[in-house]
Amino acid sequence: MIINHPLLGPRDLNEFIYYGDASLLKRPKWDDKNAEDKFYKYLYLRKNIAGIHKELWFHQQGDRSWLVVTRNTKNHEIIKVELATEVVKGLDKQYEQNK
Amino acid sequence: MNKINRIKSSLIDTKKEINFIFNDKKYIGFKGDTLGSALLANNVKLIGRSFKYHRPRGIISHGSEEPNGLVEVINDHYNEPNTKITTVELYEGLRAKSQNCWPSVKYDLMSINNKLSNFITAGFYYKTFMWPSSFWEKIYEPLIRKAAGLGSLSLSNSSRNSEKGFLHCDVLIIGSGPSGLVSAYIAGLSGARVILVEEDFIFGGSLNSETFTISDMPAQDWVKFIIKELNKLTNVKLMKKTEIIGMFDHGIFGAVEKNKYKKIDQIFWKITTKKTLLCSGSTERLIPFQNNDLPGIMLSNSIRSFVNRWGVKSFKKVLLFTNNDDAYSTAMNLIDNEINCIGIVDTRDNPKNVNPKINVYTSSQVINAHGNLKLKSVDIINSEGKIINVECDFLGVSGGWNPNIHISCHTGVKPEWNNKILAFTPGKNNISTHLETAGSANGKFTLNECFCDSEIKIVQILSELKIKPKKFVIPMIEKDTFNIDPFWFVESGKKRKWVDLQNDVTVNDIEIAYNENFRSVEHLKRYTTLGMGTDQGKTANVTGLAILAHLSNKLIPEVGTTIFRPPYVPVSLDAIVGSATYKNYKPIRLTPTHNWAEANGASFTESGLWLRAEWYSQKNEKNWRETVDREVNSVRNSVGFCDVSTLGKIDIQGRDAQDFINKIYSNGFAKLPIGKVRYGLMLREDGLVMDDGTTARMSEDHFIMTTTTINAESVYRHLEFCHQCLWPEMDVHLISTTDAWAQIAIAGPNSRKIISKIVDSEFDISNENFPFMACKELTICSGIKARLFRISFSGELAYELSIPTQYASSLVSYLMEVGKNEKIIPYGTEALGVMRIEKGHAAGAELNGTISALNLNMDKMVSTKKESIGMILSKREGLRLPDGLRLIGLKPIDPKTQLTSGSHLFNENDNRKPENDIGYVTSSCYSPTLKSYIALAFLKNGTERFGEKIKVSNPILKKETTAEICNPIFVDENGDRLRG
Repeated sequence: MIINHPLLGPRDLNEFIYYGDASLLKRPKWDDKNAEDKFYKYLYLRKNIAGIHKELWFHQQGDRSWLVVTRNTKNHEIIKVELATEVVKGLDKQYEQNK
Repeated sequence: MNKINRIKSSLIDTKKEINFIFNDKKYIGFKGDTLGSALLANNVKLIGRSFKYHRPRGIISHGSEEPNGLVEVINDHYNEPNTKITTVELYEGLRAKSQNCWPSVKYDLMSINNKLSNFITAGFYYKTFMWPSSFWEKIYEPLIRKAAGLGSLSLSNSSRNSEKGFLHCDVLIIGSGPSGLVSAYIAGLSGARVILVEEDFIFGGSLNSETFTISDMPAQDWVKFIIKELNKLTNVKLMKKTEIIGMFDHGIFGAVEKNKYKKIDQIFWKITTKKTLLCSGSTERLIPFQNNDLPGIMLSNSIRSFVNRWGVKSFKKVLLFTNNDDAYSTAMNLIDNEINCIGIVDTRDNPKNVNPKINVYTSSQVINAHGNLKLKSVDIINSEGKIINVECDFLGVSGGWNPNIHISCHTGVKPEWNNKILAFTPGKNNISTHLETAGSANGKFTLNECFCDSEIKIVQILSELKIKPKKFVIPMIEKDTFNIDPFWFVESGKKRKWVDLQNDVTVNDIEIAYNENFRSVEHLKRYTTLGMGTDQGKTANVTGLAILAHLSNKLIPEVGTTIFRPPYVPVSLDAIVGSATYKNYKPIRLTPTHNWAEANGASFTESGLWLRAEWYSQKNEKNWRETVDREVNSVRNSVGFCDVSTLGKIDIQGRDAQDFINKIYSNGFAKLPIGKVRYGLMLREDGLVMDDGTTARMSEDHFIMTTTTINAESVYRHLEFCHQCLWPEMDVHLISTTDAWAQIAIAGPNSRKIISKIVDSEFDISNENFPFMACKELTICSGIKARLFRISFSGELAYELSIPTQYASSLVSYLMEVGKNEKIIPYGTEALGVMRIEKGHAAGAELNGTISALNLNMDKMVSTKKESIGMILSKREGLRLPDGLRLIGLKPIDPKTQLTSGSHLFNENDNRKPENDIGYVTSSCYSPTLKSYIALAFLKNGTERFGEKIKVSNPILKKETTAEICNPIFVDENGDRLRG
């Protein structure tokens, strides 16, 4: 597989470490009510989709960026590659707006 | 040999003889031969015995589709089993032998299986070896293992030179037949970076086996002409003797180049390409009839190939059997070479455009073959049911052609049925557009169609790559046609008709599977082993499907097809491994004092990728224990030093560095003063312990974190995750400085004396001004930048000194000098380990991924008043059981009895049963300080049981002993020494 790194261009699979469902970006608040239940769901009930899936990859043998890769797990087509930091900042903005 | 027994061919050099040995007999072949062509030319027809029934078998084909002609090639240092004789380029001194036969290929004792064939049909293993289950391991499996399998391994180390390589291109073209050559030429002229890969040792594919002309040149000469032109293009790389073994995602291909004449025996190439054109041609298929596995029965086009390319003259009386036009070319080539072609048995009523020179049996079938070890005659039946016996020594069969679509399936694309050519062609690759197929691999069975298809496909590929295609005039060729009628197997006759010759699967086996309701293709395949040999059923699969379709009254596409998976051809493991063996298996990291340690008698141990000094033996010491005891005693009584550079060091800077670290560690870091170090406990998000270490605050916004050696990489990744994925708004910068700074631990009651001799005089390191857990940036040895931390792993008064890596070696030599009076010693990881066990510090063996802070008696270190990774889930009920495991110490009742790590703990009166298991030993050693063996262990409710006795049991080592439960801190419980 080749992952098109947003900063470094096309890179080989061997340079990356796979971390699964990108919902790990949405960490619950520690002081919420039912925080324990929310953390349990956050950590253990992650999706493993057959189809288009947002997932985390780490560029271990490269610039150490955490990436959010949108990939079709049925055929390995890579639809989008983003820096995790950018995605999280986007999520935070959404959160603020929804408030 | 006086007479050269060959027809003239431009691809065989009869002036260059090559000697080789097959089954201990000497033969002569010529340059250009394969082992197969040379054996055939020497009239050797019997090559080996079949897999299951040990039937005599000969060559079927002339390429990598060969199911039968498998031999063991013997080299000086290794043997290569299951080698296809049709693909081995003959070389001087080649030695090979038949396999699957004993004592010899002619008199094979296991051919008794053939007589038992009624009992060992499809599913035989499943039905027979089911019970009793206790028989499996001791009786059935060894029995099957002995009888099963094809070749055998030499079991010696492979001494082949194997390497790995990487290649990149715009267009990868697989196969150098007519389609591959035309496509490569157009792409090359247009300026694309092209790689043309050919598995054969000459380019040209099927054209080397033909006699027609292209652009008024004989086909073989046209190939040479195009290759010459391609060689002029610097943007085209030509690779022969290279097999593409698989297509992987996003245009990555695996290929193995085997080149006996190069210094490297085999190279595993990883080719990354933007586009690929598959021009892998097609393979003729057999028609099963009774005894159709006799040596002498071959594919029609292979006979043609042996005549035209290799000039083999051994064919005396040849009969052909076909349902399509292709066999007629073979007949004409035989006639042109004055070889007796008795005729063609054609299943069709009215074959068109037949040359009057050819004798045709229309509407006829070959229904049986006769002969012992080789073909003598066949029975032919005509449409009126009349049977005649015809003598012949070779029968060429053509049941039609299967495009070589295997590679197109590797990313999961299903092939499609083409009813015009009665074969599967590559399915539409709607996912990635990396691969296109052209020529006969795409079901274009005439040369005209091949050339046109290739041009269309390569032009399309080039335009997708935005390369302007150069105009190219398609070569002129003679008119050719291809017509085929469906005819899959001969129905008449009750004897075995062979479908898969490598795995000994017959029409009868497929019928059994069908009748026993194994009707899905996948079930059929596994039940009968159809197509599961090393040839992946290249000559058998489609025929097998057709028979299944016939039995179930369905059309072939309705029955379905199995998908081909990599590798396309068998790949030896040493090709994949390459040179990554023994010391090249993985990188080795050396500590900055490695050379010094080696020169001073150190033995080394692996710690992750690191080699660390384990202990420093002295001449008079009898064993390692004596050495380690001395090292521990020296540190506890005077002073020693140890290279701890392998511990991970992460430099953390930024305005939010303090808050960041406070969220990473479960214990509080918000109030760590500048110039102080604190022990930190790091949890995973699931609440279990991830790692521990110390973090020093050098200034307001500068921290230095240390990790365990093993977790250096994963902790750094974790910190990057927390920063980038959880809290990107924090102003934090992380960098690993593990390799930049050497770190030397200097420990023992005399360590301050030593430190004061090397630290420059303006820095005060007295106990008052540089107490336990202090840290400072300072200079040593007149101006060398250093960082000093007053931390202790051994439990003694101790320091860790950080200096730029390049000074480490000089520093330890200097320490030896300045510490002479104190009898300073270097100590290794073993002494380090003993002292930390004596001190009850958890390390890798305790932080095993299943352990919580509570298990380590460190519950207070998980602050619930602040946010930190893992805090919430560490509160889970299951992790807080009152009778959960607790870290404890163990002392054997007899101090001389060793407590082994991995032993399990049982109450004294309990039986040794899993349900009575109440804990386990994690670390153990001999403590020279206590003059007793000691251990650290996890024990249920252990901290409540100090002073009690417990059974320490190790059934694997057959050891059991009794020990006393105690505080895990064996030495200096109050920590007076390290504060001294």
